Amino acid sequence: MSSRYMNPYLAGFLLGMVLLATIFVTGRGLGASGALKSVVVAAVDGAAPAHAERSAFYSHYVGPGKESPLKAWLVFEVAGVLIGAFLSGLVSDRLMLVTEAGPGISSRARWLFAAAGGALFGIGAQLARGCTSGAALSGMAVLSTAGFVTMLAIFGTGYLVAWFVRGLWLGQKAER
Amino acid sequence: MGPFVPDLISDQLNLVVALVLGIAFGFVLEQAGFSSSRRLAGVFYGYDFTVLRVFFTAAATAMAGVLLLGAAGLLDLDVIFVNPTWLAPAIVGGAIMGVGFLLGGYCPGTSVCAAAIGKVDAMAFVGGGLLGIFGFAEVYPRIRTFDESTFLGPIKVYQSLHVPAGVFAFLLIAVAVAAFVVTTRIERRVNPSGAPSLRFPAASHRLAGAGLLGVGVLLLFTPDYKGRLLAKVSDPAFAAAHPVKVMTVDELAFRIVDREPRLRIVDVRDPKAFAALALPGSVNGSVRDLFGKEWREVVGPLHVRKVIVGADEAQERTAYLLLHELGYENLAVLEGGFPAFERTILEPIMLVSTGSRWDGDVRRFRESARTEILRMVKEAKASGQKKPKKEKKIQGGC
Repeated sequence: MSSRYMNPYLAGFLLGMVLLATIFVTGRGLGASGALKSVVVAAVDGAAPAHAERSAFYSHYVGPGKESPLKAWLVFEVAGVLIGAFLSGLVSDRLMLVTEAGPGISSRARWLFAAAGGALFGIGAQLARGCTSGAALSGMAVLSTAGFVTMLAIFGTGYLVAWFVRGLWLGQKAER
Repeated sequence: MGPFVPDLISDQLNLVVALVLGIAFGFVLEQAGFSSSRRLAGVFYGYDFTVLRVFFTAAATAMAGVLLLGAAGLLDLDVIFVNPTWLAPAIVGGAIMGVGFLLGGYCPGTSVCAAAIGKVDAMAFVGGGLLGIFGFAEVYPRIRTFDESTFLGPIKVYQSLHVPAGVFAFLLIAVAVAAFVVTTRIERRVNPSGAPSLRFPAASHRLAGAGLLGVGVLLLFTPDYKGRLLAKVSDPAFAAAHPVKVMTVDELAFRIVDREPRLRIVDVRDPKAFAALALPGSVNGSVRDLFGKEWREVVGPLHVRKVIVGADEAQERTAYLLLHELGYENLAVLEGGFPAFERTILEPIMLVSTGSRWDGDVRRFRESARTEILRMVKEAKASGQKKPKKEKKIQGGC
């Protein structure tokens, strides 16, 4: 951590204002996993269009008369996230190609676990119709029941499994 | 009144808006420290609660803003996208994501942030995410039944808990502030030398807590905009102080038969009564519906007289005063409500003689009006459009 992070309350306030501006201007919240879905849909449609049109999942998004799945609100928003985070890393001097892992595990193990976590998030976000951003945070802002249920399920389960995977994050050399 | 999509901002421009808002979102997430998986995982082990502070402050800020803008009449809360609830899939999906959080150390939004500043593990997370979605899509036909189960619609959490929105908002903020206090203690015990909460002055904790609680108390006493306006116009004292223009049954019948082009009948009775029998050319909606933008075209034109027809005159007056408060003019209520019209014109009841020398003319007029209007009703039933067209629904979610 070469450079200090912003005061969390100030950051939370600014994040809340960005979300509020999004809801006020566009009538919808922020998200992330939906953009990954669009990428998958576009890739499958490009590689195997016949399969995509037959599939119960993809046929929602592709087919004759439908626009490219990449021309979606969330795809543009997440492209913005990439740019915004890069700019933030630039001004705070945090741009660096590194693997961040707990003290107890190797980089290679970290990659595998990160990919596994990503896969679980990908699956879970389909069922819950959104991830921490689109379902939990944005859902809570508009007082959606689903938003609160999803948030509680994510963090509740997180605390339940934390003990079992402590080796990933605390490790033997961790300061306690 | 917000939101500005889809009427003020086109679909194309909306994508530019998405990019700009995304840049702001990514910048703040990264500045907050969400690009570090160890920091995100810290919430679950007690050594770093930064993410909890940012997340709950953000959720409370946005929620408070939505409620306050709604209360001020600046944002139409009936139009914005509210994530619909599929209860069982939300719980199971959330649980799967919870495990994913602990294994991967990121969520999709934060992984994109972290990948943008060069975290290789975050790139692996994003790749895994794509594979997970692909896998889900391939087995989707087998889990579709579960995926579409326990659908409850776009319900709000305070409705689920049967408390007013302001009370829920206050409680949420109180819980968040309590969590800030408790987790700061935990963090300093678990991580005495490097607790992130030690890095900024204690005054900032207090200021944030006090500010949030202040907003919470404000929300507790903020009535919602539509409810407040409806209560105001339904109040008998308000109605007594604000006289309304009244149109007699005979005048309305005459104008209908005359096919007066500068006449619009707004029927605020419930849809069942409206479906059973309605005046020709009338448009139906509840009093609360009248807030909607889709009514602007119906009741907006100044040179058109809008006659409000209701189950009784009191209901008509409420609708009249509401429309007046919303800035619409050239309105009138129907004397005696729809039942009076039905009695006087539509039902073949003999006119009670008043001894006036016009009795005969009135009877002749009402008889011919009855035949003509009943014929027009039949024709209107055959053709159709009875409700103002709803605008395109805002799409959202992931």
